[in-house]
Amino acid sequence: MKQLFAVIGMNVRSIPQRAGMSIATITSVAFMVAVLLGFLAMANGFEKTINGSGSDDVAVFLRGGSQAELNSVLARDDARLIEVAPGIATDENGDPIMSAELYVIVDGIKRASQTEANLPLRGVQQQAVNLRQNFSITAGRMFEPGSAELVVGEGVIREFEGFELGQTIRLGSNTWTVVGTFSTGGSVFDSEIWTDLGVVQNLYQRGSSVQSIRARLTSPEAIEEVRAYVEGEDRLNLDVTSEREYFADSAGGIATLLKWVGWPLSIVMAIGAFAGAWNTMYSSVDSRTREIATLRTIGFSGFTAFMGTLIESLVLALLGGALAILVIYILFNGNSASTLGGGFTQIVFSFQVTMGSVISGLILALAVGFLGGIIPGVRAARVSLLAVHQN
Amino acid sequence: MTDQLPLYQLRDLSKTYTRGKESISIFKGLNMDIQHGDFIAIMGPSGSGKTTLLNQLGGIDSPSSGQVVFEGKRIDNLSQGDLAKWRSRNVGFIFQFYNLMPTLSAAQNVELPLLLTGLSGGERKKRVKTALEIVGIADRAGHKPRQLSGGQQQRVAIARAIVADPKILLADEPTGDLDRATADEILGMLQQLNTELGKTIVMVTHDPSAAKYAKRELHLDKGEFVERGKTS
Repeated sequence: MKQLFAVIGMNVRSIPQRAGMSIATITSVAFMVAVLLGFLAMANGFEKTINGSGSDDVAVFLRGGSQAELNSVLARDDARLIEVAPGIATDENGDPIMSAELYVIVDGIKRASQTEANLPLRGVQQQAVNLRQNFSITAGRMFEPGSAELVVGEGVIREFEGFELGQTIRLGSNTWTVVGTFSTGGSVFDSEIWTDLGVVQNLYQRGSSVQSIRARLTSPEAIEEVRAYVEGEDRLNLDVTSEREYFADSAGGIATLLKWVGWPLSIVMAIGAFAGAWNTMYSSVDSRTREIATLRTIGFSGFTAFMGTLIESLVLALLGGALAILVIYILFNGNSASTLGGGFTQIVFSFQVTMGSVISGLILALAVGFLGGIIPGVRAARVSLLAVHQN
Repeated sequence: MTDQLPLYQLRDLSKTYTRGKESISIFKGLNMDIQHGDFIAIMGPSGSGKTTLLNQLGGIDSPSSGQVVFEGKRIDNLSQGDLAKWRSRNVGFIFQFYNLMPTLSAAQNVELPLLLTGLSGGERKKRVKTALEIVGIADRAGHKPRQLSGGQQQRVAIARAIVADPKILLADEPTGDLDRATADEILGMLQQLNTELGKTIVMVTHDPSAAKYAKRELHLDKGEFVERGKTS
C-alpha cells in the first residue's frame, strides 16, 4: 500500500506539469457533467412542480375522452349533477367544495427573452382557493367577482413582465387590473393568472360552459364512489381522475422527455471527454516513461504504475465533475425557468440540483476517468525497464 | 556460505537483439565472476554492450542464453515479479541522468526503495537521514531535484541507491552528465562507499579517468572481455 500511495501521490502531483492537457480533460468532463446536471435539474424541478401540484383528495372532471382542460367542454347541468355526487366534501354551510373553471390562453412577455409565450388565464369560482394546497394571497387581495380583476401566480410575476401588483394589463381585447398575487407553494398553479369565472365566460363568449370542475373529495378513496356515480349516471359523459393523476398524465411525460434528452446528449459528450482523458493519460505515461521505468527498476510493481495512472485519470475526471456541479449549482439551482406544459401553456418551475443528480454526474465523470485511464494504465504497467536509460 | 561464493557468476552469457529480419549479437559466451567488495569499471567503445551487460546484472533485461547467478542462485529465469522483489532487496541503481522523481523532495526520492520494505515511517526517516549524510547532502533534504545542481542530484541518486543497504551498486555512466570536478567528487564518493562500507560496485563508463577509481577495469570489445591493469 505504501508504494501504491507513493506512486499515486507522484502521479497526482505531476498533473501541473501537463497543465494544458489536464485542463482540457477537466473542461471536457465538466461540460459533459454540466449538460447532464442541467437537464436533470430541469427535469427534477419540473417534476417537483408537477408532483407538488396535485392532491389525491381533489377530483378533476373533464369531458369524456378530452384528456386535457383545453379540449374539454362541460355544461352547467354537468356541474349540478356533480354537486350531488357521493364522496364530494361539503363546507360548514353544507355546500359542495367545488369550482367550475374555464381556462383560456393569453400572451405574456418573458422577462429573459422578451418573447411572447402562452399563459393560462383561469376563470374560477370562490371555492377554488380551498381546492389548492397551500394557497395564499401574498400581496394585495383576491379579485372581486364580476370585475375585470386578476390575481397572478408568483411564478408568472418572476418570469413574465407587466403583471406587477396594481398594473393594468391588456390581454387580447380586454383590459385587466392586477389586484393581488398568490402562491400555492411552487406548484403548477403559480404559473397561472386567475379571475372570476363569470367574467371569463362573458369576455371570451363561452356562455355558461366551463372546461373543468374540481371538487374536494371526502377522502382520497372516495374517487371510486364518484367514478361509479358518473358511470352510472346516463346524463354524464365525464372522465374523473384525482388531481395528482391528472398532472402526472398530462405533464409528467415532459420530465421524462427532459431526462431522455439529457442522458443521451451527455453520453455523446462523454465519448469526447473519454477521448480527451485517454489522450491526456497517454501523454502522462509518455512524459513519465523514464520515471515509471525507474520506479519499476527500483522494485515497484507494474500494478502500482497501472493504479497511479488510473487514479490520476479518475482525479482529473473528478475535478471536472466537481467543477460542473459547483458551476451548475451556483448558476442554476433554485433559478426559475418556464417551459411548455401539458396544456400548451408555460409552467414556471425552479431548477433542482438534487443529490441524486450530483451522484449521477459524478458516476458519469468517474466512468469517463476509468475508461480513459485503464488502457494508458496498462501501458504504464508495461513500460520497458530499459527506458530507465532514456535521456 | 554465500560469502565464499562470488557475488555474481556470469556463465556463457549471450545477448542478441533482432531488428526486423536482422539479428544483432551484442555479446556471446561471456564468463565473469564478481567478488564481494569488488569495484569494477566496465569500459569499451560505444555499442560494445556495456549497458546491456549492466542490465543483465541488474535483472532489468534477460540474456538470450546463458546464466546470471547471484549468490549461487540463478536470477535470469525469475519471473518479472520475483525479479522486482530481488532488485529491491539486492541492487542499488545509479544512472547517468540521475532519474530522480521531479515532484518529490530529495528525502522523498531517497525514501522510495524503503517503501518496498516493512520499515516503519520513523525508521525510514532515520535511514534516509543517514544516507543523505553519507553523501553529504543532508542540508538539501527538502529540495526538489530542479532546485539542485547536477552533482547534488547525483548525490541524492547515490543516497537512494544505498539507503536500503543493497549488496551491489550498479552505476551506468554516473559522471557522464557532470563536469570534471564534480565527477571526481562523485567518483571519490563511490570509491569511499567501496573501501569504507564494503559496497560492491559495478560501474559502466567510457571515461578512462573515471575508471581509475575502480579496483578493476574490464574492457568489453567485440563481445568479449579484455582485462587490463589500472590506467593510472
